[in-house]
Amino acid sequence: MDIPRDKLLEIYERMVTIRQFEDRTHGEYAAGRIPGFVHLYAGEEAVAVGVCAHLSDDDAITSTHRGHGHRIAKGVDVNAMMAELYGRATGACKGKGGSMHIADISRGMLGANGIVGAGVPLACGAALSAQVRGTEAVAVSFFGDGGANQGTFHEGLNLAAIWKLPVLFVAENNGYAQSTSVSYAAGGADIARRAQAYGIPGVVADGLDLFDVYAKAGTAIAAARAGDGPTLLECKTYRLYGHYEGDTQGYRSKAEIDRYRHEHCAIRRFRARVTQDGLLTADELDAIDARVDNAIDAAVAFAANSPFPDPAEVTTDVYVNYEEEIA
Amino acid sequence: MSEERTLTLGGAIHEALHQEMERDSTVIIMGEDIVGGAGSDEPGAEDSWGGPMGITRGLVGKFGRERVRDTPISEAGFIGAAIGAAVTGLRPVAALMFVDFFGIPMDQIYNQGAKLRYMFGGKAKVPVVIRALIGAGVNAAAQHSQTLYSIFTHIPGLKVAVPSTPYDAKGLMCAAIRDDDPVFFLEHKTLLGQKGHVPEEPYIVPLGQALVRREGSDVTVVAIAKMVEVALAAAEELAAEGVNVEVVDPRTLSPLDTRTILESVEKTGRLIIVDEDTPRCSLATDIAALAADEAFYSLEAPIKRVTAPHTPVPFSPTLEAAYIPSKAQVAATIREVMSA
Repeated sequence: MDIPRDKLLEIYERMVTIRQFEDRTHGEYAAGRIPGFVHLYAGEEAVAVGVCAHLSDDDAITSTHRGHGHRIAKGVDVNAMMAELYGRATGACKGKGGSMHIADISRGMLGANGIVGAGVPLACGAALSAQVRGTEAVAVSFFGDGGANQGTFHEGLNLAAIWKLPVLFVAENNGYAQSTSVSYAAGGADIARRAQAYGIPGVVADGLDLFDVYAKAGTAIAAARAGDGPTLLECKTYRLYGHYEGDTQGYRSKAEIDRYRHEHCAIRRFRARVTQDGLLTADELDAIDARVDNAIDAAVAFAANSPFPDPAEVTTDVYVNYEEEIA
Repeated sequence: MSEERTLTLGGAIHEALHQEMERDSTVIIMGEDIVGGAGSDEPGAEDSWGGPMGITRGLVGKFGRERVRDTPISEAGFIGAAIGAAVTGLRPVAALMFVDFFGIPMDQIYNQGAKLRYMFGGKAKVPVVIRALIGAGVNAAAQHSQTLYSIFTHIPGLKVAVPSTPYDAKGLMCAAIRDDDPVFFLEHKTLLGQKGHVPEEPYIVPLGQALVRREGSDVTVVAIAKMVEVALAAAEELAAEGVNVEVVDPRTLSPLDTRTILESVEKTGRLIIVDEDTPRCSLATDIAALAADEAFYSLEAPIKRVTAPHTPVPFSPTLEAAYIPSKAQVAATIREVMSA
């Protein structure tokens, strides 16, 4: 599957934006400037970007507690996102959601989700909506190897299979659900093989290879748009930071992490491929790096200089309308 | 005067669904066996159920299986899908069958549907209706007889409707479907066959407006769903003894029309809450606390709650009869507060 040059540039920019956003968030969190729980997506960029490169704002995605990457891959700006992490009024969710609930409904990003596996039925609903309304839209549900062990995975895949819903299920298998290895927690070899039980295609992609994810997601999404129903796409990937910021990571070695940060880095692999094949130049890529660096600086400054929400905001946005005042 | 048009409470719900689906093509209905016979070649299988109480029978013929969807027995899957569809442009009405099944899809209900709007800073709306059967009285035992509305009322972001008459059932269902927030619509299974006046044209009973079912000056009885008729029967009995009972039907528990309740208590000076739910952290307790906070100086007697005991719902008819709040209990409680 050839990727147009403009698309390649956009793909690289989004991958680098995710990496830099997460690296900066790691530092900002360590410095005590970001409250709460934060789960970083760095390392898995090829999955979110390789899938979302096929989507428009009309297409919906559901995400995980590790949702920053999905949101950036969907093309949503980083200022409102960083401000949300900072808990500011200018945040994407006005400071009410934070890292684990970052969303942008207008761009089809139906939210990061603090409950593992919970996005699967929601994505089925977005696909059902597209099917009933007769649009060309599809839905994508991202979840982890941990999410694949939830009941919602089974219920969602079965529902999508029997109704031929236009949905792609993306299992981001990064090897660990919190501290527990997938080799311990999952029965059977590949999560993708579970698709057979529902009579839908199950495909494994190298989640560190943008081109492999892009090609396989493209086939699955085209099938969904054509009315051929859902696909389960398992992307074997790796997260470079801990499960959450503050995770001491006693369950994996520094050597393993370093190997993925350097030898198997999805962004390095992408750079090597596009420059070797003469698709993009190192100068072009470096220019993107610099631009993204500036954009992340600006996002941090925007967040840090934004006001906190007015305490009166605590009782707004619970309902669209409610006759009684919420005390 | 022409004779009043009557429907059963179940028929009123059917009519509301039919008219709302006709009015708005984004309204779909879904649930286990709401059509029935899916996948069967048997003649007459199609539409053989219409849900366990037959309420949705006939809708598939008019609107087709695209908008009237039988689901697998997969409550987390289809309730979650209804919520996801609501966020993306549909107005689904999902039938959970018995409210007792809420434990299976509860994460989708309270962590997703109820909270998406708030978590996303007001940038999402979730216009979904979840129908469910409530109530004891048909010997359906502990897992098919609860009311449980206090659990949904407890959760910010959800609304809860508990119709006690066919008129309210239609008007509240129309209101619930048109409302932009998630609404639990709870149907007491012993009321579904009750007949009453229902206008043919669509109409709204606003969410959050209680109704004084019977005016009185001596004691306020707030009663929920099936308990409204129990309270009214007790009120008739007490009328013969010269006690003038006011019966207030909240009709929705969230929003709760606190003003109508408090105005009644301020008028009568006495309050009894009749609630088929179990007593701890219940609507009965909640309304008692409301009156204690807001109308304490109007009270001439202690607030009393008449509820089910703090037990699961028993099976045997004699045990179940002992479980459900009775007219005799309500009447005795009225006499007690009148002599206080």
